[in-house]
Amino acid sequence: MNTVIFRTIAPTLAAIMLVFSIFVLLRGHNEPGGGFIGGLIAASAVAIYGIGASVTEVRRAIRLDPLSIAGVGVVLAGASGLVSAFFDVPFMTSQWLAFEFADSEVVLSTPMIFDIGVYLVVFGTISAVALALEEPEQ
Amino acid sequence: MASQTQAPDPGALPAAMIEHATAMADWVVILPVVLCLIGGALLLIMRKSRIGQAGLAILVTIGVIASDIALLMRTLDGPVSMTMGKWLPPFGIAFTADVLSAGFALAAAVATLVVLFYTQAELQLREVRHGFHALVLLMLAGVSGAFLTGDIFNLYVWFEVMLIASFGLMIMGGRKIQLDAAVKYGFLNFLATTFFLVALGYLYGLVGTLNMADIVTAAAVAPKVPMAAIASLMLLAFGMKAAAFPVNAWLPASYHAPDPGVSALFAGLLTKVGAYTLLRILVALMPGTRDWLGPVLVVVATTTLIIAPLGALAQTNLRRALGFFVIGGIGAILAGLAIGTPTGIQGGAIYAFNSMLVMTAFYLVAGLVERVTGEMDTRQMGGLYAVNSPLSIAFLVLVFAAAGLPPSLAFWPKLLLVEGSVASGQYWVLAAVLINSILTSIAGSRLWAHIFWRQGRAGTHSEQPNDRLRPLSPTYRGFAAVPTGALVLAIVLLGLWPNPVFEAGRLAATGLVDPVPYVAATGLAPANDAAQGGAAMASEETPR
Repeated sequence: MNTVIFRTIAPTLAAIMLVFSIFVLLRGHNEPGGGFIGGLIAASAVAIYGIGASVTEVRRAIRLDPLSIAGVGVVLAGASGLVSAFFDVPFMTSQWLAFEFADSEVVLSTPMIFDIGVYLVVFGTISAVALALEEPEQ
Repeated sequence: MASQTQAPDPGALPAAMIEHATAMADWVVILPVVLCLIGGALLLIMRKSRIGQAGLAILVTIGVIASDIALLMRTLDGPVSMTMGKWLPPFGIAFTADVLSAGFALAAAVATLVVLFYTQAELQLREVRHGFHALVLLMLAGVSGAFLTGDIFNLYVWFEVMLIASFGLMIMGGRKIQLDAAVKYGFLNFLATTFFLVALGYLYGLVGTLNMADIVTAAAVAPKVPMAAIASLMLLAFGMKAAAFPVNAWLPASYHAPDPGVSALFAGLLTKVGAYTLLRILVALMPGTRDWLGPVLVVVATTTLIIAPLGALAQTNLRRALGFFVIGGIGAILAGLAIGTPTGIQGGAIYAFNSMLVMTAFYLVAGLVERVTGEMDTRQMGGLYAVNSPLSIAFLVLVFAAAGLPPSLAFWPKLLLVEGSVASGQYWVLAAVLINSILTSIAGSRLWAHIFWRQGRAGTHSEQPNDRLRPLSPTYRGFAAVPTGALVLAIVLLGLWPNPVFEAGRLAATGLVDPVPYVAATGLAPANDAAQGGAAMASEETPR
């Protein structure tokens, strides 16, 4: 597993996967993809980087504790549902904000925030599990 | 652009969306769960910090209690429902609360609050850093969600949330006995959840809906044999979760393993969710099935009622013995279900409410007893009366409460059960309820005599006092003993003035027996849907 080839390619591969995971996350609402699968891809990137480099290096690179990232995700997802309280509609009713920006239409919505929350939950949880498994036993 | 079709356009989709504005007050039905989830997530983020965690958890729980009280007040006038995302009920996931669910959610939150105070005294920093408070709030989210949801698949999801949080709590501390207990607890609960999921699949295949209010109307015209199969599977699944007799062995084998605070939380909350679900499904959702399963329910209830105190009699480990009292309480709730008349169901519902508070308090008192004596074995306790007499009074009151004797609240639901079983001529249930009270008081007073009355430890000379007793530290007295005492006092006061609980229990039973207001609250038209369900059923039946 720990060959020169793998160790050389792992950082690049992880970077590409992280970018791709965000692409998958953002196309999710209307096309295949979304927060769950995006989070899984991002967590795989972390796992690969963890094998290629070392778990301590990964932890240093992502700075935050993976489980805290998951916590942020739950808060974000819950908060996205609470937005609808200001519009006289039930919990989790989607709210949309569409505007023109540089000749294209940008659409922001609460489902997107919810999906980002899901992304963070999946990313945080699976990374925490993967890193704990990769860590050498004391 | 895709965004054009996605933008909400009330005119374009009249049949699928809720049109009317949602009142701000309706949010109380979802608030207990949302508060717990967000609070739990915040605690997960800050779990490494030394300070502030318990404070935040307690604040969130007080918020949950406030919204539960507001919800209960509203449900007294009729069920409250909110369907997420504005989709009409059979498609959108609804949270629907009536008096039964709101009352149970309130009791669960109160029990959690007391436990949160108690654990301030016994928690170690390591457990706080492993996310104890986050797990407690997530478990409360699961329990409240299970009580308040109006969608049966969503109910499954909340069961999972509750289970996963409880696994974390059970192994908190990492002692060998806890891992052993977690394996038994986890395996049997997963098995029960699987049965539930299988039954859900059948139910969805049969009636084509997962919304509880919609199931009420569709189940009335569904073919009987598959309904009976589904109901039996549900009875098995939730019987396991509630620890009813033939499938109860996991409870005494696991509840004594974690710290007393955690086991109090489990004893108060978890089994009652299973009992609540049985009441909801067999009485309200699939009313015919309760009558078919009647004889089974009578057997299960009577055996549970009688086996439980016998098990407690045979135990020398204090919290293991209490585990059998929890099972006895489940027997009483099932007795209400077995009687099946509104009086019986009222008795069962009030007993479940009472049992949540009593069992939490009982495990907490047991934790204090273990703290003072430094033992888990009742034979080694002895002589506690001389050191801590308030504890002996609290313990005795709780023995009375477990046995259903006055002055505790438990006396009244037992009276209702007796009345209901006499009125419907079910003398086996009557006998079992009475024998359970006698046996439980024998088992409880045996424990009391061993722990408090006897001068010293077993095997020592009778005049030799127990020298291993340590008085409670001020932390324990302030954080653990005072809230526990307050809970015991509340149980006694509710027993002396039972009218509000009685009335709420009557409304809860009426709500279960006559689900028309429940269906109306979700915005479904009963008759119309029944006709549609019937038509769908007929078309499915023709190939046979």
